[in-house]
Amino acid sequence: MTGPVLVAGSDLDGGSVLPDLRKPPITKVQLVKYAGASGDYNLIHTDDETARTVGLDGVIAHGMLSMAFLGEYLCWLAGPDSVRRLSVRFVEMVRPGDTLTCRGRVIERTSVDTGRRLQLEVWAENQRAVRVTIGEAEVEIT
Amino acid sequence: MDHVAALTSDLIGRESEVVLFEVERGAIRKFADAVQDQTPACLRGDIAPPTFPTTFRMTIPGVTFDLARVLHGAQEYRYERPLRAGDRVRCRVRVANVYRREGRLGEMTFLILTMDGTDESGTPVFSGTTTAIVR
Repeated sequence: MTGPVLVAGSDLDGGSVLPDLRKPPITKVQLVKYAGASGDYNLIHTDDETARTVGLDGVIAHGMLSMAFLGEYLCWLAGPDSVRRLSVRFVEMVRPGDTLTCRGRVIERTSVDTGRRLQLEVWAENQRAVRVTIGEAEVEIT
Repeated sequence: MDHVAALTSDLIGRESEVVLFEVERGAIRKFADAVQDQTPACLRGDIAPPTFPTTFRMTIPGVTFDLARVLHGAQEYRYERPLRAGDRVRCRVRVANVYRREGRLGEMTFLILTMDGTDESGTPVFSGTTTAIVR
């Protein structure tokens, strides 16, 4: 991975489409690792039997894992020091085997004392191009 | 449905204790590894990924429910700066709202929780808002 995509002086404005970030397929091992790393031990993410007792076919990914992908996306776009806000809604379930891609576009660009602030629309979509987690973000590029 | 009956508007304003969390390099690396986050500063454990505050788990007296019945509806984080290895943050979570709504799956209880984190001198570092839906 190279440096941030959105650097000072880059020619982005409202409506600009951002490059996408494709993540590797989600695996059950990843869900177990994420449960441990995040402290979210809700068994609907790691135990098929528990998932079935609440009417699911099997385990589903933590919504927060898809939000973490979008967090990485912002760091990739703007650098980890530049992230000011990330707000998402979890609208569709994500299952092991799904491959998520983070996408986004610029809503608005404003100038601030320290540089430029970009309001972004961001989302994670699955391999069927269904948006599973949608949101807005703000990054500040100095 | 006792787990839902216990969640009423009486809980609004209730909050956790203030808890001090140390941001450990190893915990950052473990989190970044689980997410397969390729951000170099996160892989090194220098800077925490943006959603790292989810690891700061606190309980609010009286707020209990069956985890398997909870859906995470929405989440927001706002940042003054990124969290770094060695940071010590004081966090607290509060019940901002509780309400019921009829959905396609029947009656659901919405629980809105707000979290804030400050450094040891009291300067804000981040804040968060969680929308949990209890079926």
